[in-house]
Amino acid sequence: MLEAAELECERGARTLFRGVSFVLRAGELLRVAGANGSGKTSLLRILCGLARPSAGEVRWKRQPIGALKEDYTRELVYIGHAPAVKDDLTPRENLEIGCRLAGRAASGEALAAALARLGVPELPVRKLSQGQRRRAALARLLVSDAPLWLLDEPFATLDAEGISNLNGLMEKQVDRGGAVVYTTHQEVGIRSTRVVDLGAGA
Amino acid sequence: MLAVARTLVHRDLLLALRRRSDVGTALLFFVIVASLFPLGVGAEPNLLRAIAPGVIWVAALLSSMLSLGRLFAADHADGTLEQMLLGAAPLGVVAMAKCLAHWLVSGLPLVAIAPFIALQYDLAPGLYGVLALSLLLGTPVLSLIGAIGAALTLGLRGGGVLLALLVLPLYVPVLILGAGSVEMAGAGLQPDGQLLLLGALLVLAAAFSPWAIAAALRISME
Amino acid sequence: MNSNSTVRWFWFASPQTFFPLAGTIARWCAVGAALLALAGLYVGLVVAPTDAQQGEVYRIIFIHVPAAWMSMFIYVVMAGWAAIGLAFNTRLSFMMAQALAPTGALFTFIALWTGSLWGRPTWGTYWVWDARLTSELILLFLYLGFMALHAAIDDPRRADRASALLALVGAVNVPIIYYSVQWWNTLHQGASVSLTRAPSMAATMLTGMLLMALAFWAYSIAAALVRARCIIRERE
Repeated sequence: MLEAAELECERGARTLFRGVSFVLRAGELLRVAGANGSGKTSLLRILCGLARPSAGEVRWKRQPIGALKEDYTRELVYIGHAPAVKDDLTPRENLEIGCRLAGRAASGEALAAALARLGVPELPVRKLSQGQRRRAALARLLVSDAPLWLLDEPFATLDAEGISNLNGLMEKQVDRGGAVVYTTHQEVGIRSTRVVDLGAGA
Repeated sequence: MLAVARTLVHRDLLLALRRRSDVGTALLFFVIVASLFPLGVGAEPNLLRAIAPGVIWVAALLSSMLSLGRLFAADHADGTLEQMLLGAAPLGVVAMAKCLAHWLVSGLPLVAIAPFIALQYDLAPGLYGVLALSLLLGTPVLSLIGAIGAALTLGLRGGGVLLALLVLPLYVPVLILGAGSVEMAGAGLQPDGQLLLLGALLVLAAAFSPWAIAAALRISME
Repeated sequence: MNSNSTVRWFWFASPQTFFPLAGTIARWCAVGAALLALAGLYVGLVVAPTDAQQGEVYRIIFIHVPAAWMSMFIYVVMAGWAAIGLAFNTRLSFMMAQALAPTGALFTFIALWTGSLWGRPTWGTYWVWDARLTSELILLFLYLGFMALHAAIDDPRRADRASALLALVGAVNVPIIYYSVQWWNTLHQGASVSLTRAPSMAATMLTGMLLMALAFWAYSIAAALVRARCIIRERE
């Protein structure tokens, strides 16, 4: 489904990584590993199409993502470092807007159920803790039917229950035929995944 | 695509509603700047009547520019802007939607407040209509052009002042046409030419700036 | 033949191969600039006749007008390099745009300064809000904005592309700005002086101005290429 060919990334004057290639098929989990500063976030952003690689190409179902634009981004969910929730709205409003912006309509019950499932209280986001914000952001995974998930440090700030919740979600996603690419520093006991190692960093 | 645009406008209006003070300060700035000029140049009625269109327009320019900081910066900081880049609508549509919401909150109120400032300057009653119309046509152009600057200076230190340096020269035609139309009307001539040109600028800006804003956002977010 | 010349083009697009070429061209242009400037100043100061109305002072147009021409021409070239850089993603194009900006700003400043010096003995004030001077002032702000934006961004790639986009947006706006300032000037005819109403051109005056314009052009090429070499050394 997702193909990376000879990706190279430069930040300023340094080359973070070069020659990164892999093929990701349906039902696969891919973990991007590497030391701090080795370019894991940059790689994920290149896979999303947010950043352009200085060399190489990313292909989705054989076509370059540059040509697909919205047709590609509609098929993925990207959750980056920042939880992407507005402080002044409630988690439910955030989730609803997030869905609409991604082109999906979700019913009120589905939204409420997703938030309840992850244990997110219905307060303005300003009043939530970091972990609760992260859960509010992750709720998008529950209401989306996108085949590809790109998760950057999704386990950060989650407690043990949150981690096992997310584990379950990721496993269900690949069981359904989707694919997940993620980075993490923690040992999270997910079942065996492939690993792309970016090395020691620049 | 339209659904996304509608959601964005609605969201930005909702956020502005919940942060009323942010919006209010920019409008208050408009009033304060306009009130400073008589203190600086003296309160001679003929002088004030002559400078009124220019002063009101400059104050509108500055107030509009101040509020540009709110356009993309907050979304950039909490990651929602990234999600918009990955959304279902082309980035140009996203840009237009945000500019529209920005104008509704920061530009349109200026049109409503301007007559009161004009009152302070004892502007001739027949000119209120032209003034309001020129602002109505001009402030969206300010939002659109300013958005390009805001997108280019996303996340930079010294952002506000740099934004001013970039954007004010580009604002000059709008200022000249806007203030000029009121002055033409004040001199007894027809302001139609200037107003039509302002309309033309609006059409041009609406047609081309979404592309420039989208390109600038992509450059800044890479 | 066609693909051969395309390959040749892109060969010089690499900073390494461009570096020595730039040095050679810069040296020749510097010499040319000096010679042309001497010729132009000779024509302007010695050969051209004294003006009936303005006396000797008008001779400053031999610097003022060519400088104004160059300031606008350089902006167009700069925007051109910016467009090429954004379209083809070649580093060198962005470097050329960056190298041209200070020279363009310099000529804009010279045009403003000489215009001001001309105004004082002729009309009694150092600054007249005539259309050309005002447009030049706004052009100066556009140049400074370009340089400021580039300087404010740490990541070189983002800096290059952001300032390139700004240059393009500016280029599209320059005609609009120019015509609106022209119109503004006619509206406020209180200041009925105009630097655009220069003394009617005798042939020698035109020759003098053209020579100076060519001299400035050669100087610009030399200065920009030298600056480009510095930028290449800095970045590679």
